[in-house]
Amino acid sequence: MVKFSGKGVYGAVAVGRVSVFARQEAAVRRIHTDDPEHEIARVASAKETASEQLSAIYEKALKEVGETHAQIFEIHMMMLEDDDYNESIENNIRTQNVNAEYAVAVTADNFSAMFAAMDDAYMQARSADVRDISNRLIACLTGSSEGSASWGGKMIVCADDLAPSETVSLDKDRVMAFVTAFGSTNSHTAILARNMNIPAVIGAGEEFLAAVKDGDVLIVDGHTGELIIDPDEDTVREYLARQEDDARKKALLQELKGKPDVTADGREVKVYANIGGVDGIGAVLANDAGGIGLFRSEFLYLESTELPTEEQQFSAYKKVLESMAGKKVIIRTLDIGADKQIDYFGLEKEENPALGMRAVRICLTRPDIFRTQLRALYRASVYGELGIMFPMITSAEEVEKCLAACGQVRSELKADGIPFSENVELGIMIETPAAAVISDILAPMVDFFSVGTNDLTQYTLACDRQNPRIEAFVDTHHEAVLRLIEMSAENAHKHGAWIGICGELAADTSLTERFLRMGIDELSVSAPFVLPLRKKIRSLDLSAED
Amino acid sequence: MKKFSYTIKDETGIHARPAGNLAKLAKGFAGTKITIEKGGRSVDVTKLMMLMGLGVKCGDTVTFTVDGPDEEAAAAAAEQFMQDNL
Repeated sequence: MVKFSGKGVYGAVAVGRVSVFARQEAAVRRIHTDDPEHEIARVASAKETASEQLSAIYEKALKEVGETHAQIFEIHMMMLEDDDYNESIENNIRTQNVNAEYAVAVTADNFSAMFAAMDDAYMQARSADVRDISNRLIACLTGSSEGSASWGGKMIVCADDLAPSETVSLDKDRVMAFVTAFGSTNSHTAILARNMNIPAVIGAGEEFLAAVKDGDVLIVDGHTGELIIDPDEDTVREYLARQEDDARKKALLQELKGKPDVTADGREVKVYANIGGVDGIGAVLANDAGGIGLFRSEFLYLESTELPTEEQQFSAYKKVLESMAGKKVIIRTLDIGADKQIDYFGLEKEENPALGMRAVRICLTRPDIFRTQLRALYRASVYGELGIMFPMITSAEEVEKCLAACGQVRSELKADGIPFSENVELGIMIETPAAAVISDILAPMVDFFSVGTNDLTQYTLACDRQNPRIEAFVDTHHEAVLRLIEMSAENAHKHGAWIGICGELAADTSLTERFLRMGIDELSVSAPFVLPLRKKIRSLDLSAED
Repeated sequence: MKKFSYTIKDETGIHARPAGNLAKLAKGFAGTKITIEKGGRSVDVTKLMMLMGLGVKCGDTVTFTVDGPDEEAAAAAAEQFMQDNL
């Protein structure tokens, strides 16, 4: 049993036998020619064949992955007709007196190097497209057949890299999954895999390819990117169980997708999803969440080596709002410190970071950072239904300062004639016992509360989340925590605010009934928990006595 | 000769798909040359690979120069295309 890992591009599990994708790549040799015109004529005829093949692939892709994604093959056909590309091949043949194959290979190197050198990941991935059409052209010149996967029956295709045309050419009914040693998540191959609904892991590395051979049993986990060659029986059983679990989820999705989140006695509850970055939107939509209850904005700061600019933030927020198409998106302002440290913030080391300089405390100490984020948020607000929430609130004074900062940004934008939505809801996290205890004072100031149960539990029970030794003392269902939530819910409603829960406890279906009886209006959970929670809510009848 | 400038609003810029469509559009006006210029580099729009190689991103301003018998119509079509797609 040997383990490898890459990047999963389509979340599903496959267990099956390997077929190593053998590409009959004719080694291109430089051969001197005395008849360049003959070589140029050979290129012309090979181009015709390649073009015919591409249009057949285009037709196949059109049926299997739809027009948007099939269009790459139309672009391949156009690239093949590109004047500069063809001139370069001809020039090489004429001036160097070389064979057609060699001229194509040299041209491919030059053009793909041009794309590879660009400072944009998307364009870098285009160098694979140049290679793809050039290899096809060379194959047509030498008369070698296209690469193929040879194992009979269902198989997991393993390759160094798959060109988009090769991906689409694979027989979908026989391919259980595919794994490539190289390639990027931006590549068309990755995009095609997602659209063909095939579990795929890319970037598994050369070592992986060296380790697998035809007929090996392989586990591909498209969720985590994990690969296990020659797994033992227990592992196979475990993954088959996961596969079944996936199938069950898929069935659940079929059954519950589009159904409202309403209890049997007709009470509506909002079920939203939590995400930590723009790339989580896919999962939110796939699991049919009613909105985003917690969008952690930290990734913008964590992925960067300096403070993210207003433009960078604006573009990320806009993307989320647009993708959610009018569904609620609640973005939490910067929540670093404690377990999430960032070097360039220059925060001093603290004895007790959980009780230290973190979250809104940083924002109120560094108004420049806060202002940039709020400006980006308000500017993005015109693209959807935005809510903004502030983490780690302990006092009314902090809330006042946050609201004042928002007011300041709104008047700046107004003065500059920059549009923003007037309907942005402002809320706070209830994650300190202090906030829950004074929730009657805080509720009139805001539109909503969102309970962060992880921190609320840690602070209420005086139990460090990061300390495994005290796990036995952390009772996540502790009555003190539940009473604080109940108290906050009562106070919220008394003052016309709504209340949600976005911590881990929201996904705990053994507590759903209790939460609903408290009057919780919204539950926000990780995307995979949305449908199980919906199922639970739909099974509850609150009109019955406890 | 007609000239116009355009600032890219699409997040991914002139990527493969719009570049392909733009090249296709330009090829439809045979005899009229459409060039696109960014930061001092200019390329013939029919040349797909060069066009993609220009690396036009969101926020970049590009200048089109259209020259030839069909320049009125070609410039209008190119401008419309940019507005609709980028």
